[in-house]
Amino acid sequence: MTTTARPPADLGTAEIAQKKWAKWQLYLGFVGFFLGLLMGLLQALDRMGFYLYKEAQLSSYYQGLTLHGVSMVFILTFAFGNAFLTLGVMRSLERPMASTMLVAASFWSAAIGVALAAWAILANQATVLYTMYSPLRPHVAFYVGAVLLVVSTWIVLLNQLLTLRAWRKDHPGEPIPLLAFVSVITYIMWFIASLGVAIEVLVFLIPWSLGLVENTDPLLNRTLFWFTGHPIVYFWLLPAYVSWYITVPKMVGGRLYSDGVVKGVFILFLLFSTPVGLHHQFTDPGVEEGLKLLHMLFTFAVFFPSLVTAFTLMAALEDGAKRNGGRGLVAWIKQLPWGNPSVVAQLFAMLGFVLGGVSGLINASATVNLVVHNTSFIPGHFHLTVGTAVALTIMGASYWLVPYLTGKKLCCRRLAVAQSWLWFGGVMLFSRGLMAAGIEGQPRRVPVGLMAYAEESWKLWDIVTGIGGTLMVTSGTIFFIVILGTLLRKKGSAGAVEFPIADTVYGPEQSPAILDRIGLWTAVSVVLILIAYVPVFISHAYNFTSPGFVRW
Amino acid sequence: MATLKIEKWERWFLYASVVVLVGFLVAILASIGEAGIHLPTDEGSLDPNTVAETPPFDNPGLRQTGDGTYEAVMVARTWQFTTGETDADGIPTITVPAGSTVTFIVTSGDVIHGLYIPRTDVNAMIIPGRVTKISQRFDEPGEYTFLCHEFCGLANEQIGHHSMYGKVVVQP
Ligand code: HEM
Ligand SMILES: [Cu+2]
Ligand SMILES: [Cu+2]
Repeated sequence: MTTTARPPADLGTAEIAQKKWAKWQLYLGFVGFFLGLLMGLLQALDRMGFYLYKEAQLSSYYQGLTLHGVSMVFILTFAFGNAFLTLGVMRSLERPMASTMLVAASFWSAAIGVALAAWAILANQATVLYTMYSPLRPHVAFYVGAVLLVVSTWIVLLNQLLTLRAWRKDHPGEPIPLLAFVSVITYIMWFIASLGVAIEVLVFLIPWSLGLVENTDPLLNRTLFWFTGHPIVYFWLLPAYVSWYITVPKMVGGRLYSDGVVKGVFILFLLFSTPVGLHHQFTDPGVEEGLKLLHMLFTFAVFFPSLVTAFTLMAALEDGAKRNGGRGLVAWIKQLPWGNPSVVAQLFAMLGFVLGGVSGLINASATVNLVVHNTSFIPGHFHLTVGTAVALTIMGASYWLVPYLTGKKLCCRRLAVAQSWLWFGGVMLFSRGLMAAGIEGQPRRVPVGLMAYAEESWKLWDIVTGIGGTLMVTSGTIFFIVILGTLLRKKGSAGAVEFPIADTVYGPEQSPAILDRIGLWTAVSVVLILIAYVPVFISHAYNFTSPGFVRW
Repeated sequence: MATLKIEKWERWFLYASVVVLVGFLVAILASIGEAGIHLPTDEGSLDPNTVAETPPFDNPGLRQTGDGTYEAVMVARTWQFTTGETDADGIPTITVPAGSTVTFIVTSGDVIHGLYIPRTDVNAMIIPGRVTKISQRFDEPGEYTFLCHEFCGLANEQIGHHSMYGKVVVQP
């Protein structure tokens, strides 16, 4: 965190207003995180034999789990992405967003969406889990809430594109600055991906939940859901990648090697994130095996940019550590700034992602998937990815973003550093327990305290899971203490905090110009999606025969 | 024109990445082609509202189809499987001799369910309007729990998704 930025007095009124809305968007994410943590605690306690849902005034484990999933992966992640990658574009292009009204609109759309969805869930009108598989039929407010959350992200993209266009007019022929490029690519990828769930909800589910049409096609809805449901994981992950690529090297005093490689990585995500959804439907009836294998092929392609990332980031970290006097093959790791809470959180996030990525390869391997599909191995996997790689990055980034947005100095730095260690230790136990029990056959989405067929071999692992989960919740609570402590400080105590941006050894001028052809890459991505999905929607046996069920 | 700047070691790392990914891919395809482990595929559709009148689901139960091969026709509904057979506690069962290959043929009469037998390859979704078909050979005598592993709602703490299961009884 350097302190050489322009003093706030230099900011234009548009920029000040926009940063304010971005700040509220971030706080909205924190609200989601808080709700998710509370439910996480109940889930961890259930693993240890305490089923406390009545005491918590909730109707069932599943109601809590719906709230947990929605809060963590729709509210926290969306709001963080919206805030961070709006600020990123502003910082990178050195101008305010094209429209302050759109920045505000994105916040309001998300906030109203959260209110509607939260009402539906808490009123026990929408116990359908975050996957909302029809023909379970929630209150329409749940669907509308989900749509508004997605709309908030579309508004961000629109604003990013308008801003980029204005910048290009002022800078003809110049390469797009890296941070703006990766921010926009992330949102374009997500926009295309989100069309699946948008069609599912707007065209099929909302009319059906209002009784305008009587029946729906559950398999079609599932296919549309997973059209969005895989790329959504990249929508959660890419803001974290942006943070790792752009801000972390700066904070450790290192440089990125090549601007072009990073652009290439994000282009690969744009191309391959979406045409892979059937890997979530390996076990579905009604979908041809051959098509599932085609999607598996593309799935393996999308691992590639993450492997590049592993190398590039490690190189940037080593560069930083060695410039600070580190040496040796691995001893340089000690030279990283282990006292900087922002850095430490993200180092652990990266480490978690290595394990999460490996377990993801297991899930993606069609036949091996038969061993783990819908077992507790799966939540074991994704608490390493979204639950740690992304969540811990959001916490780490917040440790400079909150001072950046409020001018208040981060409080309790040592506590904040300890918080990351605790989370990582917690998730190691938590995910280990879930994965081991899953391989022993324990299904996911079942309250351990109620299940009628519990096996002896799961019990020890459930306790390990429960202990690990409790440590994570404790860590999350410490995060909130640090943030609240910060907000209670005096304005201006932080001095001027800058948005950290890493230097590159080979800058944008040395990158091939074709990388900047965003329109071209978007077109290629659409072609790949057509290849992957036209056969799916042609061979689909349309079967609108399912009425809605409210079974909770 | 500028070319992509890739560091020497990075280049080797990228080659290695490609080799590893392709290796995995080949191994998986071999497990399908050579070892014959298959995923559920398209087996046609039906009307979930009239499952009780639609063959073969109008008559759930176990049928022998050959020497050591069986078909188990089942219907999943909240919150039980109908297999045509139950044990003394009312738990649905499927009883076969050791060494049998059972083809499960399953559909749902209401919401999405799952069919999962821990420590076997039986792991499939049951979707209303579709037919799930999946085969498994049972060599070791004993009881195998089959359970619903997709959230399908609940009535109360005793009855719901968490109580939806049955047993394959493999007799010596
Ligand atoms: C803070 C500590 C946390 C604890 C103790 C916790 C606990 C759990 C448990 C035990 C499950 C499995 C429930 C089941 O399958 O029956 C679960 C599911 C889930 N968790 Fe967490 N979790 C935590 C944090 C997070 C975070 C940070 C995220 C994402 C950012 C997250 C996202 C999810 C999602 C998406 C599910 C799946 C819900 C579903 O199956 O519908 N969790 N969590
Ligand atoms: Cu996926
Ligand atoms: Cu079920």
